[in-house]
Amino acid sequence: MDTREKNIENLKDYKYGFTTDIEDIKAPKGLNEDVIKFISNIKKEPKWMLDFRLKAYERLKLLKEPNWQKPKYPKIDYQDLYYYSAPKSMKDKPKSLDELDPKLLETYKKLGIPLQEQARLNGIAVDAVFDSVSVATTFKGELTKQGIIFCSMSEAIQKHPELVKKYLGTVIPVTDHFFATLNSAVFTDGSFVYIPKGVKCPMELSTYFRINASETGQFERTLIIADKGSYVSYLEGCTAPMRDENQLHAANVELIALDDAEIKYSTVQNWYPGDENGKGGIYNFVTKRGLCKGKNSKISWTQVETGSAITWKYPSCILKGDNSIGEFYSIAITNNHQKADTGTKMIHLGKNTKSKIISKGISAGFSDMTYRGLVDINSKAKNSSNYTQCDSLLMGNKCGAHTVPYIKNKNFDSNIAHEATTSKISEEQLHYCQQRGLNPEEAVGLIVNGFCKEVLQQLPMEFAVEAQKLVGISLEGSVG
Amino acid sequence: MSEQLQLDFDKIIKTSKFSNEEIQSKKFFLKKFIENGFPNRKQEDWKFLDISQIIKKNISDLSFFNDYSLSNKIDSSIFVDGLEHNKIIFINGRIEKIDFSYEDQNKIEIKDGTKKDISFDYENSLIDLNSAFINKIFKIIVNKNYSLKKPLIIYHSTNDKMKSTNVNLRLDFELGENSCLRLIDFFTDNTNKNFINIFYNFNLLKDSILKNYKIDKFKNDNLKYSFNNIEHSNNSVSETFILSAGSDYFKNEINCNLNGEYSSAFINGVFSLKENQQHEIRTTINHLVENTKSYQLIKSVLGKEAKSAYQGKIFVNSKAQKTDGYQLSKAILLDETSEFNAKPELEIYADDVKCSHGSASGSLNEDSIFYLMSRGLNYQQSKELLINGFLLDVVEKITDSEIKNLIKNIIGLKE
Repeated sequence: MDTREKNIENLKDYKYGFTTDIEDIKAPKGLNEDVIKFISNIKKEPKWMLDFRLKAYERLKLLKEPNWQKPKYPKIDYQDLYYYSAPKSMKDKPKSLDELDPKLLETYKKLGIPLQEQARLNGIAVDAVFDSVSVATTFKGELTKQGIIFCSMSEAIQKHPELVKKYLGTVIPVTDHFFATLNSAVFTDGSFVYIPKGVKCPMELSTYFRINASETGQFERTLIIADKGSYVSYLEGCTAPMRDENQLHAANVELIALDDAEIKYSTVQNWYPGDENGKGGIYNFVTKRGLCKGKNSKISWTQVETGSAITWKYPSCILKGDNSIGEFYSIAITNNHQKADTGTKMIHLGKNTKSKIISKGISAGFSDMTYRGLVDINSKAKNSSNYTQCDSLLMGNKCGAHTVPYIKNKNFDSNIAHEATTSKISEEQLHYCQQRGLNPEEAVGLIVNGFCKEVLQQLPMEFAVEAQKLVGISLEGSVG
Repeated sequence: MSEQLQLDFDKIIKTSKFSNEEIQSKKFFLKKFIENGFPNRKQEDWKFLDISQIIKKNISDLSFFNDYSLSNKIDSSIFVDGLEHNKIIFINGRIEKIDFSYEDQNKIEIKDGTKKDISFDYENSLIDLNSAFINKIFKIIVNKNYSLKKPLIIYHSTNDKMKSTNVNLRLDFELGENSCLRLIDFFTDNTNKNFINIFYNFNLLKDSILKNYKIDKFKNDNLKYSFNNIEHSNNSVSETFILSAGSDYFKNEINCNLNGEYSSAFINGVFSLKENQQHEIRTTINHLVENTKSYQLIKSVLGKEAKSAYQGKIFVNSKAQKTDGYQLSKAILLDETSEFNAKPELEIYADDVKCSHGSASGSLNEDSIFYLMSRGLNYQQSKELLINGFLLDVVEKITDSEIKNLIKNIIGLKE
């Protein structure tokens, strides 16, 4: 059986596992100054952007890959990766969707992301990122009317350099940890969002990421700025074809909320998790950080993590403005040989800051799941509070569930409460459901959905339905 | 520092009488310690309170030499009144007296010079330090079916002769089948910036019970480190209570290996700290077989510039089904400058388990103070009453009523 047939065979399990045959342009393999210059050049970037990248690269040379995480992985050869891959037809960027490569459109159709505006998906504006570049952004006209900027990162660098220059790297500086700095040096594209003062974004903004080419790493960079008194809800989804080798995905996401602004960031992550023997799959090493810069600002992270061979990320909030609020809602599901080490950091710097963490972990098969989190209340963060709840559910005795919270309270006016439990699905509950006519698999699905409900409720409606289905699919075959 | 270590080591070898075999093993541990040095914050277990920094700041020049050939006078004024007890008196790094006068002499064996090797895996250079500079190691064996009539109190004391010196103690205990030992560690050391390093190894055979109470109450500027390793067989029970209040720095580490079915471990701790004190409790409970149980409760009251840390880990092996693990840490911060750190950790590989942990920290509840003040108490009295109740909760967990009352008196808790 050749690979293609095998792929089709496997499609039943991972329906996004197809590849698209599109001619692509790649940067030469490897990581060096020339490749960085190549990327910068092909994207026609101004000099300050190239300097930003080179500064990060200088820094990167001094850094070592971290290794304190629970899931270990074979050493990645950073010289054996393509850092830039773009569909050839994108070279002269299409002016409108009609000029897009039909094959690309088809790809997104398969993914369930209609790019054509006439196929309105309940009015969600989509920015689609294919391998390294953003291919299309929908609903531009309507958004521009309100002064909202929603475009690809490369476009933003060209058209809104003052905003990018001002905010890029302020939350995740070039001097951050290894993967973040790697991203700063070689990032290729991503989404840029700016919501002007007092504007409430009328629709959900969404980015869809897809890794198509093999041996590529995807390094996208997203920057969202919510100016004073504005509101935005942003969704992110991801898929990748099935390949035997592991692929690296090291994105950076920066959120900045000014006075009275609110950003809601939701992720449904469904990268290819590898086959049931743990072969292949995406390494999802993402840095996500939000800064509540202004007073009364709010950042809320919601994530449903079902894919990836290894998920290793901690979406964080820095609560700098007084009265600011940080929230983190997470469902992480691991099955077969998947591994996840995820959680959040809440750093309280301003007065009266509040944070809430709800994390639900489910592990099945041979998988391993870790919640790792930090709550740090600074001595100046008077009258702050945090509530953390992390629950884990285990299915079978070959998997593991771990909880590693770090709690630092340096302020006597502040309260931190933390709770965690680990258990399995109770026999009584299963019995009760089966007694009422559900088969074991349905019963488990029902109980798991109940377990996750608190987080699923936080997702925008259309996503919640998809996520709920995903939860069911991810756990298929893990019962009995 | 390594020159100093070598010099002091040679001096100890010269002045004391060790067998050739002992010297070889000491040299081995010295070499290991020189390689690794004192632990620092780069190591995960030492993240919150960095001992190498604290030693540098509080002691600066630490001496490792201890003249084991000279005996010390026992000061009987340190003895605990109102409780008949057996004694081990440990002064300046020498065990001066072992007295089991209340017990059947043929039921308790005391061996010295037991094997130096350590049966469990560890990555802890302080244990190497202990093994290299220790004087004599005693092993105390409680025979089968014997419960000690009176508790055993170990007096840890130092006198004026010791200054900025490293003092080491190691004791091994074996509790035979169906035996029981109540052990109190009582710290009455002089305040002379010493670094005291204690290592106990307990082996609990079937159906045995160990109760260990560590009482560090009197204010002193010594730094202390204590490590308890407890090996459990079927049906054995260990109870550890820690009162951590006196020293400038005190880190208590407890490692429990629940190797036998139906064995259980209980750890309760109280931090009551003020003025620059930095204390830590770190526990590791390894549930290795089915039907084991652990329970931990740690409470802190932190005053000005005080810092406490609690790192608790529950590990559940994939074989250890039906495990019950519970862990709770609570802290009251009384001052702007107090700080509480916690890392309650669960590592679980079995599915049929019930494990949970909780942690809460904050200031005293203003509503409760208001309630008490509206009933005629002044602010200070209300505060004291609330703290009293907060800590009493942990002391009430002590299962031995005689010792519970003793500890209540020592802490000054009212019912």
